[in-house]
Order: sequence, then C-alpha cells, then structure tokens
Amino acid sequence: MPVRIGVVVFPGSNCDRDTVHALDLAGAEPVVLWHELASLEGVAAVVLPGGFAYGDYVRAGVIARFSPVMRAVEAFARDGGLVLGICNGFQVLAEAGLVPGALLRNSSLRFAGQEIAIAAERLDTRFTHALAGHGPLRMPVAHGEGRFYADDATLDLLERDGQVIFRYVDGAGERAGPDDAANPNGSLRGIAGVMNAAGNVAGLMPHPERASEAILGSADGFGIIRSLVESAGRAASEPAASVVGSR
Amino acid sequence: MTVAERPVEPLHRRLGVTDDELVAIRDRLGGRDPNELELAMFSVMWSEHCSYKSSKPLLRTLPIAGEGVVAGPGENAGVISIGDGLAVAFKIESHNHPSAVEPYQGAATGVGGILRDIFTMGARPVAVLDALRFGDPADARTRHLVDGVVRGVGGYGNCVGVPTVGGELVFDPSYGGNPLVNVMAIGLLEERLLTLAAAPGPGNLVVLYGSATGRDGIGGASVLASATFTDDDPSKRPSVQVGDPFAEKLLIEASLELIGRGLVEGLQDLGAGGITCATSETADRAGTGILVDLDAIPRREPGLVPFEVMISESQERMCAAVLPDRWPEVREVCQRWGLPVAIIGRVTDDGDIAIVEGGLDPDGRPNPGAREIARVPASALTSEAIVHDRVAAAPTHRRGAPAPGAPATVSDRLPERGMDPGAVLLALLGSANLSSRRGVFHQYDSTVGADTVAGPGRGAAVLRVRGTTKALVATTDGNQAVGAFDPWLGAALSVAEATRNVSITGARPLGVTNCLNYGDPTRPEAFWQLSEGVRGLADACLALGLPVTGGNVSLYNESPTGAIAPTPEIGVVGLLDDMETLVGPAFGRINDAILLVGVTVPGLAGSAYAGLAGGATEDDPPALDLAREAALQRFIREAIARGLVASAQDISGGGLAVALAEGAMWGGHGATVRIGVSHSPAVELFGESPSRLVVTCRARYAAALELLARQHGQTVETIGSVGGDRLVIELAVGAATGDVEDRGGRVADALDVSVRDLCHAWEHGLSRALGWEG
Repeated sequence: MPVRIGVVVFPGSNCDRDTVHALDLAGAEPVVLWHELASLEGVAAVVLPGGFAYGDYVRAGVIARFSPVMRAVEAFARDGGLVLGICNGFQVLAEAGLVPGALLRNSSLRFAGQEIAIAAERLDTRFTHALAGHGPLRMPVAHGEGRFYADDATLDLLERDGQVIFRYVDGAGERAGPDDAANPNGSLRGIAGVMNAAGNVAGLMPHPERASEAILGSADGFGIIRSLVESAGRAASEPAASVVGSR
Repeated sequence: MTVAERPVEPLHRRLGVTDDELVAIRDRLGGRDPNELELAMFSVMWSEHCSYKSSKPLLRTLPIAGEGVVAGPGENAGVISIGDGLAVAFKIESHNHPSAVEPYQGAATGVGGILRDIFTMGARPVAVLDALRFGDPADARTRHLVDGVVRGVGGYGNCVGVPTVGGELVFDPSYGGNPLVNVMAIGLLEERLLTLAAAPGPGNLVVLYGSATGRDGIGGASVLASATFTDDDPSKRPSVQVGDPFAEKLLIEASLELIGRGLVEGLQDLGAGGITCATSETADRAGTGILVDLDAIPRREPGLVPFEVMISESQERMCAAVLPDRWPEVREVCQRWGLPVAIIGRVTDDGDIAIVEGGLDPDGRPNPGAREIARVPASALTSEAIVHDRVAAAPTHRRGAPAPGAPATVSDRLPERGMDPGAVLLALLGSANLSSRRGVFHQYDSTVGADTVAGPGRGAAVLRVRGTTKALVATTDGNQAVGAFDPWLGAALSVAEATRNVSITGARPLGVTNCLNYGDPTRPEAFWQLSEGVRGLADACLALGLPVTGGNVSLYNESPTGAIAPTPEIGVVGLLDDMETLVGPAFGRINDAILLVGVTVPGLAGSAYAGLAGGATEDDPPALDLAREAALQRFIREAIARGLVASAQDISGGGLAVALAEGAMWGGHGATVRIGVSHSPAVELFGESPSRLVVTCRARYAAALELLARQHGQTVETIGSVGGDRLVIELAVGAATGDVEDRGGRVADALDVSVRDLCHAWEHGLSRALGWEG
C-alpha cells in the first residue's frame, strides 16, 4: 500500500499541487491537509509546501506558525514524525522553531527566481539517502526571504552536529559564500537546507518538487522526494522506532 | 491647481462625457436627463476603455473564426479547444496609465486583472507573459518605472503562484512619458466547465464575493485610461487601484471550486467600471436586467456615496449569478476561503440596471420605504454605447512603400562609422534591447506549477499540459520601430514574428490576442495609425489562417513629449501535439549543418542596427510578403515534425549575425558560416528582413531539409556548420554589386568573435544600460 504523506495547504500555498504531483510520482499517496485541521489524519510524514501561506505581508511564515494545523505538526514533530518544509514551508518551520536559524530577506533585496545548484552535505539522512551522490543538484529557487541566518556559534554547532544538509554550490561543486553569484540570497556559509538535531524535521529553500522530471529541465530533486517517501514508508511500518536521529 | 481654482465646468464634462455624448445619453433614457449617479455610470461605461467607442468599427474587421474557437472577442478571454476535453483560455491587456502614475501597483493590478479574466472563464491560470516598454534606460525616471513595474509584476504573480514565463522588455524614446505595461495570461480548462460572463434567469441571485468595496480606483477607466497625461498630476493617484495578490489567490481557488461544482450560472470579474460594468455587461449578454441592492454591498470604509460604490475599481472582486437554492453552498465555499460574500441584487426581466437604497425583501422586491436612485437600460451602458466615427489622416511625412514601379531604396550608403562587424555585433548584443533579460526575469517565479518546459529568455515559452503528450507554446511580440515608419507593416510584422516564434518550436499557432497601444484617437494621425494597425493585424491573421480571439485597446498613450510609436502587441498561443518533438534555438551538436532559410531584402529602417549606427533618411523598413511568411512557417513545422531539425531560430532584432550569436551562446558552441553579399554587409549581417530562419540539422539531413524548404517555395542555402569556440562569419564579397567604397571600404571581410566575448556582452548589457552595474 502506498504510504500516506500529508501536504499542508494554507490559503496562500501555491506549490501544494506541484508537491502532490511529485509525491504521486514517487509512489506515495498524498493527503491534502487544510490549514484549519487540528489533526494530521494519521499520515506517515508531512510536507509544508511553498507559497505565501497567509499572504506573508508581515514576514514569511510568521502568521502560519499560529495556525491550527501547525499545532498538530509541532506535536507530530515532537513525537519524531517526519516533516519536510520547502521554501515557504521552511520559513514556517523556522518561525515555529522546529528547525534552527532564520530566513531573512535576500541580500539583493529582490525576489530570486532562478535555477541554482546545491550539494547534499550528507547522504545518510532521511531526506537525502536516496540521492545518487552529493551533487551538484540543479533545481529552481523562487523566494524573497531565503537568506539563511544564525549567529556564528550556532552555525558552528550546526556544522559540527551535521545539521546542515544542503549548501549552494557553483558549477564546480564548490560551496558558494554569501557574496558568490551561485548563492542566490546571501545565505551564510552557503546554507540552503538544515534539519533539527533529531534528524526528523528538515527545511530547504530550493524546490526539489519542480526538479523531479527530466522534461522540466532537471530531475535532480527527485532523490529528495524519494528519500522522504521511503523514510515515511519505514516510519509507517515501525512507528515507535523512528524517533532516534541518524548518525 | 486645486479643485476650487478650476473654472466651473458642467458635471458631465468633469466626468469626461462630451456634450454630444450627453445628447446621446438623453436619447437612450427616453429624453430625460440622467441624474448624477446615472451620469457617473455612463461616464465609466462610455469611456474609451470600457466601450471601445473609437475602435469598435475597426475591430469588426478582424477575422474571428477559426478551428476550435469556443469563445472569442466580447468574452473575458478567448478560448480554443486543444483536444482531450481541454481548452486554453488566453488574453492580453494593458495597464499603461496606472503604471505611469504608480508603477508597482499599476503593474501588479494589471497582472491581477488579466488573471481574473482567465479564471472567470473556468480556467486555471497557468502562465503570465509581460510585455513592457519604456523610454531611455539611462533616464532616472525610466529606471524608477522599470524597477517598480518589474517588482509589481513579480510581487503579484509570484504570490498568486502563476509563473511568469515570457514577455518583452523594450526601450524606445517614444515611451519616455508613457510606458506600456501589457500583460498576457493563459489558462487551462476542462471544456465542459467553460463559464460565460452572463447573468441569466430572472429571479436568480446576484452575488458579490471577494474584497470589500473601497474608494480606490474611482474613475480608473474614465479618468486614467481614457485621457492624455498633461503632467505628473498627483490628483490622479487615487485613481490607481491597489492589488492584494493573496486575496486574488483565494479568489482563484474559490471561483474554480464554484465553477467545478456547478454552483454559478454566470461569472464576471470586476475590473474597469466596477459593479456598474459587471452588472450591465452580464445582464446585457443574457438579455436580462439587474436590481442592485446598494446597501448590501460590503464596504471597506464608511461614508461611501452611491456613485463611489457603483464605479469603484477596488480589486479582487467577482460577481456571480446564482440559483437561489444554491446560495448556501456558494456562501460556504466563499467563507471557507475567507472571502466576504453577499447577495447584492436579483436578476430581473426588464432589461434595466436599477439601483435601490433601503434594501430588498427576501423575495427580491424593494423594501417598503426603499428608494430607487438610478434606472438605466443595461444595453445603453454596453452594447448600445455610443460609437464615434473618428477621422483618419495619414501624416504628410508618411514613410510608406515606394510607389508602384519606383525602384526600391537600397541601403548601401548607411554610415558604418568605420566599425568592424565584430564590434557592431558586440554592441548590438550588449544593447539595451537585445541583451539578456535575466536581471529582470530572475525577479519572477517562472517555474511554479511545475509545468514550465522553457521559461523566459530564449524565445517562446513552453508549458506542458499535464496528463497529455501536449505542450502549449506562447509568445508576445510587438514592433514599434517599424510601426513608426509604417503602422500597417509594424502590425503585420508583429503578427508574423509572434507566430514564427511559435512555429519554430514545432507548434501550430492556435490564435492571436492583441493589445493595441496608440495615441489620442481624436487626432487624425493617431487614428490613422490605429486603423492601419488593425488593417495590418487583420491582413496578417488572414494570411496565416489565424483567428483573433480577443484583446484590448489602449488609446491616449501620449504625454507632453509626444505620442508613443504605434504599438500593436501580439500574443500568440500554439499547440505542440508531441512534446518530444520540441525544438529550441540553441546550437546543440558539433558539426551540425547551419542553413539560412528565406530571402534577404534591403531596408534597414526600424532595425536595431539603424538604432545604433543611424538611419539613412531615404531608407525604408524591409518589405513583408505574408504568403511567403505563411509558407515558411508551414515548412519549419513540417521539418520539425519529420525530425529533421536540431535547432531553429528566427531572424529578427539584430539580424542574421545576432541570430547566429544567440544559437552559439545558448548552445555553448561556436560556428563558421559564409554568406554572399547581395546588398550591403550591413543588410546581410544586421538587416531584419522578415520571414527568415537559421536552422541547424545533422549534416546528413541538410540535403533533405533544403529540398523540403524548396518544396515550400523557400530560398535556402547551407551556410556553414557548428563547432569551435568562435563565431566566424565570412562575407563573400564576390557576390556583391557596386564598388567597395560605396559599401563602406572599412568594413572587414569577416566577423570573428569568441563565444565567450559574445556571452559577456549579452549578459551584462541590460544591467549596464539600467545602471545596475558600472
């Protein structure tokens, strides 16, 4: 039986349909979770998709974290449930404190909509294990507030503990610093995606769901989607054992 | 000048209604004078923007019939069947005047308005293309406008989640005081869900949902869009609407759910003219009337007077005709999406738009003590609005084709300024109009929806149709530079280029939408430009066998610095049956043969080269042969369907040299070609003769491709091959006529530039022109 994976839909989500499509391709059964729901309907994993959750006129994700469904997502994550936030979903997770760091306005002060490359720092996480290699993985970014920020001490800890899972890289696969052209938003230390200490909640700014089919120019992101689906399948078959972080 | 200091004018004139129009209004009201509210309603509905009162007689000459057309002009958007039970809805519209006053909101609400036109038909919007035109890029005001408009397009489109996949960005001095912001939107729908903008069935409820009504956009159609700018008049600022893309997103989802569940009998978005326009147009189309319950309309602020409520252009509102027993479900859907919803009236059978203060009872009759404050026949506001016979007169300085029998002007004597052709090519690639638009379209989300196969920057946009093997191919094109010389030719060329850009992907153009941007129609020369433009549009569409499915007319594009160059902006949507056959413009493979298809004719007027090097006063734009254009497009579609073609690029701005450079830069391969000089080196390298292509193919297919081209009546020649890291164009001067000195003795006999240098010039040109980099 295909594993049921929830896709949260805030009124301003606009990548929910794309995410449902990519999960479908990866063999999952996507379940749409309306933002007013107080329960997650027994799904094995949750994706918070991209978009502008409640318009994001104030600051991306700042209102969404107070929605009923996010209370359920927070409880699910505390219990070790798998949660992936993409773009606006990452912003919501960061606002909710479910992943470390903050996402500031792009250093250009302009929206960044372009294809970039990222490299997976680790291939032993529940969000990356199905990738064929570290990359570079080509996929689009599309955001105005994606500049990953944390203080130096926190950044050092994140790196030490293996919580940085994706970084922006240039064509040669080298990490893109805040001022490099290959870094679309000025993220510190080129960080494009992080996970929590337990390894069950992750967020990234680029859009793997838009790079999951060759006809769209890149299928490099599909390994991330497949990793999530496979991890969710394992979690569904052994729910109690899934709490321990990897590494 | 404050309001108090203005000389006192009669009310109708202050609302933009002329004396003869007032006479016509009286005539439609059985001889009585309109009251102030009624006059305000007439003033917006009889504005140029809503009534097409100057252009209607011209637009009737456009071909509208075509294969698969299920909705054409007069509906919110054109709709054409694409098989599999699906149809595509598309339309282009202008938001020029609001963008000139407040660029961010003007552009943002331009996107919002055209998206509503699409989903009102029952289609989910899948793409936006924006065609933008500004004055001198070095000018501070231009830079301010570019920045605001680009942010506005992105701010709105990115948030509603519709990808911006293409468009144009053109600089021309004529737009200095009056930028053009034309936005095209495309939607996909199940044909069975096609919804029309009508209010049928007397007794049905008239339901308004979406944002509450406020004071923004009062008189946008009549004040802004239908008058020439006299100066940077701050009093017009309240006429600019303010956009809320989040509300629009909710409106899209709620509307598509209402349509999908069959809960509405007819649907109309509120744009120019607000509630007045939505009620009168839907009633007139259905042959009904509407009784409007003024008190029931949700307001954003207290103290709005009736005329403000009736003509406000507050954004993100929809008007639906609903069966009474469906009301609870309609209300539930709107409330779930967080949208205010109210019954604001009833469909009636008397053909009038009547407005009541004091409320309606549950049966839809005015309450005791309620007062009717306006009553106007719906048709008087819409289908029977006044039509003006404008006077067209060609200017005395007209630059048209030479008289029959007169020799064509040859452009040999153009100043070439001692530049070598490689330097000219680099200057063209780095020019504001031909360089990469990346700095702009990187501010747009071009991939949301996960259907973008080819996004902005390299020719036509391509979107897959999920669940099928098909793809939609779309482009916008306009040619004001040639239009300034010959408005017929400018319009016909725009259609030719837009359709050619679709055909070179292998797709079949389905239909044409157009945005006609011209000057003040009461000026005979401007009206002549408009009528010539419409004639060119009609001639080209007939020759190419394409229907015009709708569009928009924007007049009064003038400022103290003068009128804009006539600018018919053409949007085309095509269908590619098998996505696997898609062909792009980039050189793909080393040793592929390069073919030049089509005939090079003289004439450099209106070209990018002339813009750079200066034009000869006796010169003309190159001539267009529409029959040859149609044959060329048939040829390339057939060649692609047969699998013969590796890449195809049309020759347009910057001529053959730029087309070759683009193929090289985008493919990452150089090329070596040799061309004969029949005219002058400038014409051969940089001339913009229409109906020509650069095509590459496997070397062993070149003979078959040449044969096929000749069977389609095309002139064709294999001119070289792909390879190396330089673009080398050798000019075979032996084929030339005339003395070397006459053609400019300092022109080199070969152009030889590294692909890296081409890329550098192309990638940095726009940023430099706009001062984004030094």
